[in-house]
Amino acid sequence: MNKEDLKSIASQVRRDIVRMVSEVKSGHPGGSLGCADFLTYLYFEAMTENASNFNMDARGEDVFFLSNGHISPVWYSVLARKGYFPVPELATFRKISSRLQGHPSTDKKLPGIRMASGSLGQGLSVAIGTAETKKLNQDPTTVYTLHGDGELQEGQIWEAAMYAAANKVDNLIATIDYNGRQIDGDVDDVLSLGSLKEKWQAFGWEVLEMDGHNFENIHLTMSAAKEKTGNGKPVVVIMTTEMGMGVDFMMGTHKWHGVAPNEEQLADALGQLKETLGDY
Amino acid sequence: MEGIEILGNKDTRSGFGEGLAELGAENENVVALCADLTGSLKMNAFQNAFPERFFQVGIAEANMMGMAAGMTIGGKIPFTGTFANFSTGRVYDQIRQSIAYSQKNVKICASHAGLTLGEDGATHQILEDIGMMRMLPNMTVVVPADFNQTKQATKAIASHDGAVYLRFGRPVMPIFIKPNAVFEIGKADVIQEGSDVTIIACGHMVWKSIEAAQTLAAKGVSVELLNMHTIKPIDESAILKSAGKTKCIVTAEEHMANGGLGEAVARVLATNTPCPQEFIAVNDSFGESGKPMDLMEKYGLGASHIHDAALKAIQRKA
Repeated sequence: MNKEDLKSIASQVRRDIVRMVSEVKSGHPGGSLGCADFLTYLYFEAMTENASNFNMDARGEDVFFLSNGHISPVWYSVLARKGYFPVPELATFRKISSRLQGHPSTDKKLPGIRMASGSLGQGLSVAIGTAETKKLNQDPTTVYTLHGDGELQEGQIWEAAMYAAANKVDNLIATIDYNGRQIDGDVDDVLSLGSLKEKWQAFGWEVLEMDGHNFENIHLTMSAAKEKTGNGKPVVVIMTTEMGMGVDFMMGTHKWHGVAPNEEQLADALGQLKETLGDY
Repeated sequence: MEGIEILGNKDTRSGFGEGLAELGAENENVVALCADLTGSLKMNAFQNAFPERFFQVGIAEANMMGMAAGMTIGGKIPFTGTFANFSTGRVYDQIRQSIAYSQKNVKICASHAGLTLGEDGATHQILEDIGMMRMLPNMTVVVPADFNQTKQATKAIASHDGAVYLRFGRPVMPIFIKPNAVFEIGKADVIQEGSDVTIIACGHMVWKSIEAAQTLAAKGVSVELLNMHTIKPIDESAILKSAGKTKCIVTAEEHMANGGLGEAVARVLATNTPCPQEFIAVNDSFGESGKPMDLMEKYGLGASHIHDAALKAIQRKA
């Protein structure tokens, strides 16, 4: 798929995100917009998966876990646009009896989701487990994860990081959404991560850095990450993004982490995200 | 007591270890994870026989629970092993989100539960774990009575599709369940039939209840004794059938009264046919260091306490 096609999809994903959260006046647009390019690339370019016949066991398929479950709008949109479930179902986001829960869950059987997330810090452990099972099953496919940078403040992440390196879990590519912002403010002010690249290196991981809004760079970096699998080390991609990317008034601040735009703001946002494949 | 024979003396954790090793040979999808307590959990036999399916995670229980949840994707049946405290309270949120809510087929196997952990004291003597686990939707809670039953239960839960909390302990206790007994999740064992009072017990307290029943029998009191090895789903029909006969109940558990077996039984009685019930359990208190059986006496979990509670329950029948 060429870069322009990916851009078109990502623009539609961003339209979906702001419309979903605005409709129910709740949800997390900031991080969702920031990860729209990455998740579009992952599902439409990188992963081998089976959207039309979702299978929980994922044998012979790449697997993705969203550890920072609060950015569910971007994941739901990408899954729907990829064909996991009907696009109009996006309109049910966060509404009663919907399969599109505020945070991702399995119990309403939404195709594409294999693990609940929302309580932070658990997805890396889960991914390591699935990666170990893939090894036992001699399944050569890859496990992908996405984590918030604020999420790295959770201790379980570092338990998992230590395990993966010590046990050579090398069929795993973790990605960090390094936008530097969390609910209460800048990550540096809330609880600084210090030297993030050096931390992962010290934990024994192969570390790559990526511009999360440049499809050329995403393609090169994720291809390099894939090349590095199978070499005895887990791989992490530190992805620089802008929270709220694509909507000017949501950028440069942490304030749109978990706040929905009102009708006026929605119109403004949609005016900035002109390219569409057709809204739901 | 007729029909009850001491077949030997062993710890229930060894029943888990033997059951797990047999499972390993029978089912290649069974995998085991342990957080630096392989010897205490008696998981060495599995580890030695199936090293590629044994995962030493170190002292990192949260990661262990998440990994176990993830391992189910692709068809594995993970058994996690650590002390009951670190299997539940330490990792409640991991179990809640990644295992129970996510409907994962993980078997949480917990040793050194309750006061009989002994000398290590209250930091390790969890008395709230049954309550925490039975509150979780999608969770089955099993507390087997002796070595043989723990082995049988370990094997049975592998065939059950869904999350299970299996609770067992440290001390050497009499074995009285037959080695060839069939373990059925959710179906109480009638250890002895009787007519004056029903004692419903789980775990080590089943043996304590047998001792109490023997003393009561000598006084002419006829005890019906149920081994409620599955706390959730609880065997309602066994409770109601026995209560209908004896009209009074004693529950006995090595656990806090809040949230445990006794409250599960009380709910069944209250919503069907209420009758007097006495609770043998720890009363809103942490434990302490000491020899296991001394602690059981001090905290009101001895055979004499069950005996007295039975007489009180009988008196309360109008």
